[in-house]
Amino acid sequence: MKRFITGNHAVAEAARLCRPQIVAAYPITPQTPIYEKLSDWDAAGELGGTMMRVESEHSAMAVCLSASLAGARTFTATASQGLALMHEMLHFAAGCRTAVVMAVVNRTLAAPWAFWSDQTDSLSQRDTGWLQIYCENNQESLDTTIQAFRIAEEIKLPIMVVLEGNFISHFMEPVEIPEQHMVDGFLPAVCLPRRFDVDNPGYAIPTVTQQQFRKYRKLSQEAMEHSLEVIEQVDTEFAAHFGRSYGLVEAVDCEDAELVILTTATITSTARVALAELRAEGLKVGLFKLRIFRPFPTAAIRAVLDKAPRIAVIERNISLGREGIFCSEVKAALINSSGHPRIQGYLAGIGGSDVNPKLIKRIAHHALETDMVQDGPLWMAEDE
Amino acid sequence: MMKMKTRPVEVLRRGHMACPGCGLSLGMRMVLRAMGPKMVGVVVPSCVAVTSGPFPYTALGVPAFHSAFEIAAPTAAGIAAALKEQGKEDIPVLAFAGDGGTFDIGLQSLSGAADRNENFIYVCMDNEAYMNTGIQVSSATPRYTWTGTSPTGNPRRKKQIMEIMAAHRMPYAATASIAFPEDLTRKIQKAKAMRGTRFIHMLSPCTTGWKIGEDMAVKVAMLSVETNVFPLYEIENGLSYTITYSSRNLPVEKYLMAQGRYQHLQPDQIQAIQAETDRAWVDLQGRAAKRKEEL
Ligand SMILES: Cc1ncc(C[n+]2csc(CCOP(=O)(O)OP(=O)(O)O)c2C)c(N)n1
Ligand SMILES: [Mg+2]
Repeated sequence: MKRFITGNHAVAEAARLCRPQIVAAYPITPQTPIYEKLSDWDAAGELGGTMMRVESEHSAMAVCLSASLAGARTFTATASQGLALMHEMLHFAAGCRTAVVMAVVNRTLAAPWAFWSDQTDSLSQRDTGWLQIYCENNQESLDTTIQAFRIAEEIKLPIMVVLEGNFISHFMEPVEIPEQHMVDGFLPAVCLPRRFDVDNPGYAIPTVTQQQFRKYRKLSQEAMEHSLEVIEQVDTEFAAHFGRSYGLVEAVDCEDAELVILTTATITSTARVALAELRAEGLKVGLFKLRIFRPFPTAAIRAVLDKAPRIAVIERNISLGREGIFCSEVKAALINSSGHPRIQGYLAGIGGSDVNPKLIKRIAHHALETDMVQDGPLWMAEDE
Repeated sequence: MMKMKTRPVEVLRRGHMACPGCGLSLGMRMVLRAMGPKMVGVVVPSCVAVTSGPFPYTALGVPAFHSAFEIAAPTAAGIAAALKEQGKEDIPVLAFAGDGGTFDIGLQSLSGAADRNENFIYVCMDNEAYMNTGIQVSSATPRYTWTGTSPTGNPRRKKQIMEIMAAHRMPYAATASIAFPEDLTRKIQKAKAMRGTRFIHMLSPCTTGWKIGEDMAVKVAMLSVETNVFPLYEIENGLSYTITYSSRNLPVEKYLMAQGRYQHLQPDQIQAIQAETDRAWVDLQGRAAKRKEEL
């Protein structure tokens, strides 16, 4: 059934359709409508499972990771300050190989206070051992949430489904909401190891030696690498069930491109419009959408961009003292490329400021016309 | 005819990692024995986790999870909720945490869980300082006490955790002591038979941090009760107080002078501690009497 709904509503629908046994959450703008929707359904007896209205995001993650270790399907959602408060628990949830699924609604981190989309909150959790998938629109947010449970429960690593505040969380779009039986057919009942078995007692997460710690980390890294295959396989199966798929990355008009614009999340959808206009101008421009951030799909990126002459990374986040985080990662992925692409980072949309087709076209022209690549980022804004 | 008593099943096994003569590990043993082997345990960074042992050894004879420092309560709540979803509500979840993990860094998450009346038993093993990090002051450290970060004596008084827990109007909260095993066992078994958040506050003498001999933990625990420094009582629904042991009202000096951590005390400081203890004891008796009137 197609309905005109917000991205938050779409994510909540997806979570409910996946029959989580434990939902633990705490309110924060712009995530709150997910929490409220799930609470409404819980009150109406339509959610199933246990809903915990905890006293902090830190405890939300503590509840989810413990319940996941006990073998339950778990879901939470947060943003910004809430995600930062969870930081210690994020490492913990990944380190003990849980399958927690969390929607992260991107929002600026204070200070200063603001409420708009900025990806630095989720990207600064890069090294916690969570998978991260960035969504372009409401439909993809719903679909990715459903996929996330399959992926997390198969590889036993937690996943963030990342959607941008306001642009996805609060904007309304037509979204296809699958029938319950369709989701049940795609996502079987939870089958995680139950770590707390009174008939076979074991001690989870004891203190280990240096060597054992190293082995744990290596196993997690192997699981991360393997998860790329799982993500693709789940996406393919999802396509067979629901007729939609997204891939690890998406390349549009990249074959003959002299310049590839690389984007994530909602800037991608705007860039699609800009791309059509740039092509109409006769410019050989392509678009590359990065969807999976952790694990980083290096091979999928290299397969398309190894020989791209120029790449312009446009992004809504910054690692202060360096540059946009996606840009650094893409540069690192292409460092051994035979074609030595020239990569320029453009910061656009920081703090949730508008990135419209005109701005993207301005960036494309700049990238095509400038022969000197700067190591640092270029700040671009529609009002400058 | 004399009733035959079977030997209780020991859940805390031999070979644990506590210091010789540790009061805390003795308390863990008594609690686990009273619970029986059908339970899930939560431990967090503290001497409880040290006692539980490093990989691949474990002293805990029950399925257990070494969770993070400040989340004993939500960890237990998460496991209990998952067990309920799996139709195993009959398996109790019990969390152990230190005083630092309870009075200080874990107070928020404990308060949240108690407020929601999550279904678990929480046992605070109070050794009155951050012990496994090497004896630093916590808000459970009593006034004038020596610790590594209060070298001239702690200027603050001990936080009244039982009053805080009672304010949650939780089903059950009780103090317990390793020197009174029958009282301790009865309280654990009473808590086990209930549902919701249940809190046990256990004073756990620490041979290293309190500077007492390896044979002194039980005696010092006994003196803490007999001097009313640590009275034994229980609180039902946050309102009904019952004193479960009538103490001998010994002077606090007997308790204090048995410990190296109080050897620096001046007579006026001992007097001040006595006055504070007397006040608290009268107050507690008043609360318990109020309950008697109501009955
Ligand atoms: C967030 C966090 N901060 C600090 C620590 C370090 N730490 C581990 S155990 C501990 C002391 C625990 O004290 P307490 O709870 O009283 O237990 P005890 O060791 O006295 O049994 C500290 C400070 C930690 N593990 N996590
Ligand atoms: Mg302590």
